[in-house]
Amino acid sequence: MGSIEFTALIFVGSLLAGFLGALTGLGGGVVVVPLLAVVFRVDIHYAIGAALVSVIATSSGAAAAYVREGYSNIRVGMFLEMATTVGALAGAALVLYLHASVIAVIFGFVLIYSALASFHEGSPLKDDLGPNRIATWLGMDSTYPTSTGFEGYHVRGVPMGFLLMLVAGVLSGLLGIGSGAVKVLAMDKAMKLPFKVSTTTSNFMIGVTAAAGAGIYLSRGYIDPGLAMPVMLGVLAGALIGARVLAGAKVRVLRIVFALVIGSLAIEMIYSGLTGRI
Amino acid sequence: MAQGTLISSESAQTDKRMDQLMGLLLRSGVILAASIVLAGGAVYLARHPFPPINYHVFQGEPQNLRTVSGVFSEAKAFHGRGLIQLGLLVLIATPIARVTFSVFAFFYERDWKYVVFTLIVLGLLLYSLLGRA
Repeated sequence: MGSIEFTALIFVGSLLAGFLGALTGLGGGVVVVPLLAVVFRVDIHYAIGAALVSVIATSSGAAAAYVREGYSNIRVGMFLEMATTVGALAGAALVLYLHASVIAVIFGFVLIYSALASFHEGSPLKDDLGPNRIATWLGMDSTYPTSTGFEGYHVRGVPMGFLLMLVAGVLSGLLGIGSGAVKVLAMDKAMKLPFKVSTTTSNFMIGVTAAAGAGIYLSRGYIDPGLAMPVMLGVLAGALIGARVLAGAKVRVLRIVFALVIGSLAIEMIYSGLTGRI
Repeated sequence: MAQGTLISSESAQTDKRMDQLMGLLLRSGVILAASIVLAGGAVYLARHPFPPINYHVFQGEPQNLRTVSGVFSEAKAFHGRGLIQLGLLVLIATPIARVTFSVFAFFYERDWKYVVFTLIVLGLLLYSLLGRA
């Protein structure tokens, strides 16, 4: 296959992955890795390298919008980035010691978890349990825009959130993904942030987490320009289109269909890993 | 009381201004990176009718595409793959620039705790990109 055909195929596939990632809220990285590894049979190291740079592109693009709207909690984000960057460095280092098949199997399970978690559209309004000592010391309590104006909220569960963010970082560095699902879990469930604040702050953090892993990937030679070029441009374009569609349409049914597609990719990934084909 | 409100609204104003600058920074970084990758991609496709790499088997990139200095010299030589890699470096540098910006923003707000936190994150990011061989 010539370069132009190869690039065009990968671009279209990545465009689709970015589109699905945005519509389902999973993020492009988690969809593009199985696409490259299972469908195009690209070695998993090249796949996670290309995916991680595309994750930086989409999250930075989206974060720019959310930060402006005042949803993201920058202090919570910056504090927890200490955990995700340490985790990402550890995860990226771990790639050296794990066999590609093991990485594929772990990926499959994380993908299934993320697909299931994407149906969670926010916990019912949380009871405000009042100020928390650690969160207050860290100046984390803030406000966010609601239909009735800005509303205040209190943050809690900082140590548990920090631990979960370490895990999110390890998965990001190990699998070349943004780990949005685990980040949202940490902030929504452990730290009791409003759901919209959790998802946007997660997006805000993903770029930094991914950059930590990407530096290591680059020096290990996982990031191949010929592959990363169509993947990054494709995922970015797909995510932009996906965000447009998401703003207008009712996508509940679409999301169920897509989640099934993604679930089958995950199972294929686990099967390929177990049978040593990856 | 009145003074307290004044201070908090003032700091909310600075926060808002910083948020806007941060958003602009992120967006510009992504646009710049994508443009360089696109230009590099055109050069690469024009010069390599067939991919020089078999993606089914992992070999790892040559040394010159693995380090910041190597990528710069490849890009200066106007090699397509080097140019793409330069664009990807700009992309990786975008969140790093955002964190650097946050260090100054928290410094400006005299929020020393967060100056330390952001410096730690910045150190880890720089270590990842520049550390080791």
